[in-house]
Amino acid sequence: MHRLISFAAAPLLAIAVLSVSANADPIKDRQAIMKDQGKTVGSITPIIKGEKPFDAALVIAALKHLNEDAEKIDAATLFPAGSDKGETTASPKIWEDNAGFLAALTKYKKDAAAAAAAEPKDLESFKVAFNQVTENCAACHKAFRIKKD
Amino acid sequence: MIRKLGLLILVLAIAGGVGFWFLSAPSYVDPARIAATAPGDAQRGTAIFWQGGCASCHAAPGAKGDARLVLTGGLNLITPFGTFVAPNISPSQQGIGEWSFEDLANAMMEGVSPAGSHYYPAFPYTSYARMQLQDIADLHAFLKTLPPSDNVAGPHKLGFPFNVRRGLGLWKRLYLSPDPVLTIADASDAAKRGQYLVEGPGHCGECHTPRNPIGGMEKAQWLAGATAAEGKGVVPNITGGEGGIADWSANDIAYALESGFTPEFDSLGSSMADVVLNTAHLQGTDREAIAAYLKAVPPHPNGYPTAK
Repeated sequence: MHRLISFAAAPLLAIAVLSVSANADPIKDRQAIMKDQGKTVGSITPIIKGEKPFDAALVIAALKHLNEDAEKIDAATLFPAGSDKGETTASPKIWEDNAGFLAALTKYKKDAAAAAAAEPKDLESFKVAFNQVTENCAACHKAFRIKKD
Repeated sequence: MIRKLGLLILVLAIAGGVGFWFLSAPSYVDPARIAATAPGDAQRGTAIFWQGGCASCHAAPGAKGDARLVLTGGLNLITPFGTFVAPNISPSQQGIGEWSFEDLANAMMEGVSPAGSHYYPAFPYTSYARMQLQDIADLHAFLKTLPPSDNVAGPHKLGFPFNVRRGLGLWKRLYLSPDPVLTIADASDAAKRGQYLVEGPGHCGECHTPRNPIGGMEKAQWLAGATAAEGKGVVPNITGGEGGIADWSANDIAYALESGFTPEFDSLGSSMADVVLNTAHLQGTDREAIAAYLKAVPPHPNGYPTAK
């Protein structure tokens, strides 16, 4: 009987352990994704600023990478309730206005996917795609992030 | 004896009341200076409008694009002193449609309404006081061209003693001055222009400088960052001191004000995201001027307490 219970419980326990380890540090995980997105945006901004010539391959790869990062952002695992405590600049508004936060996230994912699919072949269409994606950075950080220090 | 004492208290109370009334009286921009100013140029006023960041508080909360030019008011600033409600300043009956240039100058530089009452310094006249009158004349001309709105923004919600407007006259005696904050030796022309923009219309110090318990700015910690007066969290240190932006180049600062991106390609958040909507409209040379000034500002460590 005992063995049977432990036998049945083992997979459940494994799932529990796994999900805990996957969410062990949502703050670190989400910051890693945010940093990576920043790096990606940084790699193509010199083209927007006119400091570097347009490079279709680089731009398309960056937009696709940005979209992959966007797809990784799962609100439930990366922004669980209570994860505004600690070394984070997440605003309590994420949970106070969770519907608004989810709507902003959905919009970002949609824009990132569209920009990746657009595969801009010239500077003008790249600027459109770039602005479409990056306006989401400011919009979301304005509403849902605060500096605490 | 008791009657004499009572009389003395009465005399002192009256003297105190008269003194308070006298010391708290509004003051006005010299009418001769008003008369000596050239008629406003609305085209030039557009630039002043973005320098002053008017839309950040006076457009409808959440307004985007052209809607930021409809200055309906209604934004609530929730502070330890109470809730300030940004008024309608569109050219309408509910707004400031009847205002002359002189009215606007007295509001922005002396913090006094056309009816002679004091404004609360949530309206950053402590910075606007450093503006050139010509800029205010141009801004006045530009504001007249904006769409009218009949929105009624409603009154502030403040408790005693902050609801006694007359008392602000005393506060102004302490904290309202048209003098520049800093004296920068050998400032470049760009840094001088930046000083005007930052200390005057841009009113950067209003949020980025810590305040004392009665809301006066701690100018010895100019731009050192502060506990946010409104909402939660802190406003960053934008000097070159510890915790500040010493590792940002002048180009980094100018680009952040244009695009909202930091040198690490993080994006500026909270109310600064909204400020960038204004600074993005500035001329590139003005953003560079702001950067030159910030690079010349004395470094201070963070002007807010460290968490934990």
